[in-house]
Amino acid sequence: MPITADHLTYVYGGNKNLKTTAVDDISVSIDDGQFIGLIGHTGSGKTTFLQLLSGLIKPESGTVLIDGEDIFAKNFDLHSIRSKVGIVFQYPEHQLFEETVFTDVCFGPKNLGLPKEEIESRAIEALRLVGLDEGIYSQSPFELSGGQKRRVAIAGVISMKPKFLILDEPTAGLDPAGRKEILGLVSKLCREQNMTIILVSHSMDDVAEYADRILVINDGKLAIDAPPREVFNHKDELESYGLSLPQVTKAMFRLKESGIPVNTDAITVNEALSDILKVLK
Amino acid sequence: MFKDVTLGQYYQADSVIHRLDPRVKLAGTFLYMISLFVFNNIICYLVSAILLAVVIILCRVPVGYMLKGLRAVLFIMIFAVVFNVLFTEGDIIWEFWIFHVSAKGIKMAILMVIRLFLLIVSASIMTLTTTPNRLTDGLEMIFRPLKIFKVPVHEFAMMMSIALRFIPILSEEADKIVKAQTARGAKFDSKKLTDRVKSLIPLIVPLFISAFRRASDLALAMEARGYHGGDGRTKLYPLKYAARDYISYAVLLLYIGAIVSLGITFSRLTAFLLQFFAGSHLGTVLFWLF
Repeated sequence: MPITADHLTYVYGGNKNLKTTAVDDISVSIDDGQFIGLIGHTGSGKTTFLQLLSGLIKPESGTVLIDGEDIFAKNFDLHSIRSKVGIVFQYPEHQLFEETVFTDVCFGPKNLGLPKEEIESRAIEALRLVGLDEGIYSQSPFELSGGQKRRVAIAGVISMKPKFLILDEPTAGLDPAGRKEILGLVSKLCREQNMTIILVSHSMDDVAEYADRILVINDGKLAIDAPPREVFNHKDELESYGLSLPQVTKAMFRLKESGIPVNTDAITVNEALSDILKVLK
Repeated sequence: MFKDVTLGQYYQADSVIHRLDPRVKLAGTFLYMISLFVFNNIICYLVSAILLAVVIILCRVPVGYMLKGLRAVLFIMIFAVVFNVLFTEGDIIWEFWIFHVSAKGIKMAILMVIRLFLLIVSASIMTLTTTPNRLTDGLEMIFRPLKIFKVPVHEFAMMMSIALRFIPILSEEADKIVKAQTARGAKFDSKKLTDRVKSLIPLIVPLFISAFRRASDLALAMEARGYHGGDGRTKLYPLKYAARDYISYAVLLLYIGAIVSLGITFSRLTAFLLQFFAGSHLGTVLFWLF
């Protein structure tokens, strides 16, 4: 069953002078197993939208249905969706607190009230998935490198085995190698664990390669909802939202402008390569 | 969860009170608070309340917003009332076990509530209309003479302004961590006290770590920009008195004069009149009024 947002609206600020509508009447339905890229520039309402989807804040109006249940209904127990919807916040390594990596990853499953063996096997599984080896299980999470910390934090969410995994700019502040690792991990989770992924970013390059579907949010409104290739055809519209195309697609547009008849819908380097080779033959 | 506290926050608006020199506001608030404790009769409080009302109208902060901050101190007010009513010596009206309710106690309780109310509202007007930076600037100027006694006035002021600046940052951070841990199934609203205390660990540990991280980043950034304490440091916006500041000082003096003369006159007058009218209806009226 999917996640459905129904006319979601959220307004910030009690002070009359400072009221801003962060999420403005968004309706969208996300199917199981989809990999969604959620894009918008800084301050467009992405993070607020995520928090609404995971029931962490209450909307001004509208609602969210998860597996057909209204999570903002009066008698709905919000605690029960914690095992369903996992959310990895920006800079998730800032939420680490336990003495060892292993106990920190156990925190989530422990809160679900699972038996001890289940908690531990889930933690081990999650740590394996994010590619951390046993040598660091008993280390303090604060002694690790930035990329490792982030993977521990992500493992802490995965260990709850959510059906839906929301990630808010998981690659922020990482070097290119670290970025590739995290994105590869996320797409692996989608394919192998059949998780529904919502990946938030302000960079098209991050999501172009992996997402099945891209949602563009601008000024709190859902501006574009389409598969990646279609989204990148709206070049001018995207630029008016302060977003740019993936580097490769941009390069292909430039080639076409300068008279080389390439397709402009390439979104990965390999696609672009074979496309250019075709033209050159 | 941490955003409901309005006490001690700055409210952006364009008003005379906002533009006043912070030294005037500090001195004014200080003297006003003292004036509330000097006399004990209703006429004086009336004068104080009128002055406060004028300032409230002038400062253009919504009254509702201002009063929201009072909720935080409601408990203290109730506490003060209960103690004053139950434990003040005097002619006993009603008695139960160790509690004695006297007319004097009720009067003291009423006056205490008025006093606390005026006190808190006046203090919150000062913080609502003054940015933390200007407030510390003002404090630094006022306490500058203490430098003679080797008090590091500038350093204290800098510490205070950094502390104030960090309140919103840390409360935002706390909010984020609460959400992140809630998403991992943590319960912060547990009914059992021990669970509640335990549930704070996943919040407090990351919060401390982030506070230390921010502090060391800030210290580095300050040093990188050549900060070395107060000696020889000049201000981008030096504080200068304008006409409105002198007028405010005049109003303040006038107010203090009025309170002192009214207070002395009425306390003598009532003491004098009460000798004659004690026990009669007029005496009772005088008792409640003054």
